[in-house]
Amino acid sequence: MAILADFKAEKPTWCPGCGDFGVLNALQRASVELGLDPEEMVVVSGIGCSGKLSAYFGSYGLHSIHGRSLPTAQGVKLANRELTVLAAGGDGDGFGIGLGHFIHAMRRNIDITYLVMDNHIYGLTTGQTSPTSDAGMITKTAPTGAVEEPVHPLHLALVTGCGFVAQGFSGDIVQLATIVKRAIAHKGFSFVNIFSPCVTYNKQNTYEFYKSHVKKVEDDPTYDAGNRFAALERVTEANALLTGVLYEGDRVTFEDGHAKYSTKGLATQEHTLSDDDYVKLLADFR
Amino acid sequence: MTKELGWKVGGEQGAGIDSTGEIFAWTMHRLGYYVFAYRHFMSRIKGGHTNYKIRVADEMISHHGDELHLLVAFDQETVSVNWHEMVDGGVVISDGPMKAVDDRPVHLYEIPLTSLAKEAGSAIMKNMVAVGVTAAIIGLRPEDFLTVIEDRFAKKGQEIVDSNLNAVRKGYDYYNEHFTTRLTLPVAPPLSPNHLYISGNEAIALGALAAGCRVLAQYPITPATEVMYSLVKYLPEYGGIVVQAEDEISAVNMAIGANYGGTRSMTCTSGPGFSLMMEALGLAGMSETPLVIVDVQRSGPSTGLPTKTEQSDLYEALYGSHGEFPRIVLAPTTVEECFSYMVEAFNLAEKYQCPVIVASDLYMGMSKGSSDLLDPGIVKIERGKIVTEDQLQGVVRGQFRRYEVTEDGISPRAIPGQKGGRFIALGNEHDELGFEMEDQTMRRLQMDKRARKLAAFAELEGVAAVGTYDAELTLIGFGSTKGVIREAQEALLAQGLHVTHVQLSVLAPFPTDSLRPFVQGARALLVVEVNSQGQLASQIKLHLGCHDKIESCLKYDGDPLLVSEIVKRAKEVMTVGNPS
Repeated sequence: MAILADFKAEKPTWCPGCGDFGVLNALQRASVELGLDPEEMVVVSGIGCSGKLSAYFGSYGLHSIHGRSLPTAQGVKLANRELTVLAAGGDGDGFGIGLGHFIHAMRRNIDITYLVMDNHIYGLTTGQTSPTSDAGMITKTAPTGAVEEPVHPLHLALVTGCGFVAQGFSGDIVQLATIVKRAIAHKGFSFVNIFSPCVTYNKQNTYEFYKSHVKKVEDDPTYDAGNRFAALERVTEANALLTGVLYEGDRVTFEDGHAKYSTKGLATQEHTLSDDDYVKLLADFR
Repeated sequence: MTKELGWKVGGEQGAGIDSTGEIFAWTMHRLGYYVFAYRHFMSRIKGGHTNYKIRVADEMISHHGDELHLLVAFDQETVSVNWHEMVDGGVVISDGPMKAVDDRPVHLYEIPLTSLAKEAGSAIMKNMVAVGVTAAIIGLRPEDFLTVIEDRFAKKGQEIVDSNLNAVRKGYDYYNEHFTTRLTLPVAPPLSPNHLYISGNEAIALGALAAGCRVLAQYPITPATEVMYSLVKYLPEYGGIVVQAEDEISAVNMAIGANYGGTRSMTCTSGPGFSLMMEALGLAGMSETPLVIVDVQRSGPSTGLPTKTEQSDLYEALYGSHGEFPRIVLAPTTVEECFSYMVEAFNLAEKYQCPVIVASDLYMGMSKGSSDLLDPGIVKIERGKIVTEDQLQGVVRGQFRRYEVTEDGISPRAIPGQKGGRFIALGNEHDELGFEMEDQTMRRLQMDKRARKLAAFAELEGVAAVGTYDAELTLIGFGSTKGVIREAQEALLAQGLHVTHVQLSVLAPFPTDSLRPFVQGARALLVVEVNSQGQLASQIKLHLGCHDKIESCLKYDGDPLLVSEIVKRAKEVMTVGNPS
């Protein structure tokens, strides 16, 4: 059984205090608690500070290109459905350049987990407006304040039919680890948006801000995580400052929807055709 | 000399033109003939002129031919558009009164195809009536079409089979009662045991399946979608899977992910989609992840002529994407190579751990032809430097050197799930372990390592030649134009001219050494390609010089090359070269 040290790799280069440490830490704890083997896991990351997660987590990793962690991760999973596959990225990566893939990954429902480190800013490129920057937020590329409506990832996920929608906060690793555990265990595409403060370039969405504004759904006995429309309403009422598993439901996965798709990982098999196969295949052309 | 018959059916798109062509072509193929079929179609669902040309010959051909002996015209436009191809003494069958274009001796016979079809049960069978008329003209019997009619209609019931055959008979009888002109069909050669009627796209799909590709990620696009149709049928039968991606960016990244995950995977596209894949191509190059991309080229730029052929993506295949990384570019020259090169492509992608682009085109992909040469016996799967569990024994976890600087530039590769093989594949520059870094020495080592990989590339010769080095004129082409250039060469040889033909099937690494004696030895060179800039000619000049004796024969109007066009251009070039 793997221990916490097995899920550690390169020493992170994130700024001291970066929210992404909390995400890495929670993912490591969740993996240990689920009894996962790091070498049966793949983390596919995009580009940005968040993209470095794959190098710091002790599993196999693929640090892909900007905005494309989701298609790449889906490809890994289809190659070997026995692996535990996660995609990870930031708000710019996932909700800017890669937003289209997010919608389609939810529709498709391949059994992977998507962790978004949402810091409302482009950090690695030193502080430009992100798709989730609040309207009015002043950045280097919006010196008089952002005028665009931010992307609302939780709403998008809920209305797109995502089978598992959650939000965490990297200032609460215990809760986040629990959420990540459930997300990985969920059969189908699971989405976890994580408030992961950028301590260098975002002075607005800080640890203090989230600590004083975020409410946990676990603390609200009336919250029903089995009701997509109620979740939509509660998320809207709370201005999306809610954490916990916001919605979970059953949907047939892409893999199970293809009845003939090998239940054994394709990558673990030899794929050669026999003489009989050729006879059968070539009959169509005679 | 090849004996042949050119047959064509034309009319409004959506009027059953394709099925008429298919029934005729399949029948001729099953009788043992060599058939080559080219579809001319437009980017719309209904209306607009479409035609299906079937060339029937007594030996293997891979061109639709310049000439037409028999034309079935469902409208006047078909007569007008195709008249110039008609040979003297040829026959045009028209469904109603239609006008000849000029006074050349071509028979224009009006036959009530639609009303005869109604007599047989339904106007929709007018194409079957036309098939019957064809049979009468070329000396076949209606029954010769029975097995193909049964294959197409048996699932709709015996009644439908019978009425279709009846429609064929009606056309056959009507022609014999009213007309006497006959066209000579060559004698059918003995049916060869491996006689297949197959398109380039179908052969590519079969090749991928044979190569062990089990994940296809693709976004539909003409003329590449048929590859997806075939694999949607095949892959589930072998446990594999097809994903219709949301766009080509997603498709190529899925293929990269699947290859990284240890299963052979590819994506298939045409120009616009290929352009969208450029960034990911670099990821495969940098992360040394095997990747196969099939580009079934069509006319560009941008949306271009979406249903017309071209070979204008060569520069993109060779140079597309930012930065520098090794790649292999293959251009199959025959339908058999569409099959065998797919197996090669997957082997090479894993051996060299780099992207392999297979550049086909609409003409190769969507045309169907008879072939005896497709050989499953050649299939051998080789997966390169994938490490074994034994080799990973004793590797300290996290210390597997995935990007080890090796002499041949190729590093050991682990597959997720293997114990001790943990590593990060990445598009950032990295050290031997796969950690992102900016050290200048390691940067140079890794760049040089990757660049070194293809130095010993020798798997495919990439050059097929007929003729000697010291020709008066050497014709050079790549990919799908092999058949038409070979026929042009034969025509020129028949006129007593000393002409060599060289066809390239590997464009990167460029087969400089194999090509050198032909380029240096010839008096003049004519590079034949379906694009406007002479992209292949520029590569020959780049690698071999000889600028002053390289001429181009270019076509970029959407139609495939004709033999006569190459012959004409060759003679122009030879006249200039021999001012006597």
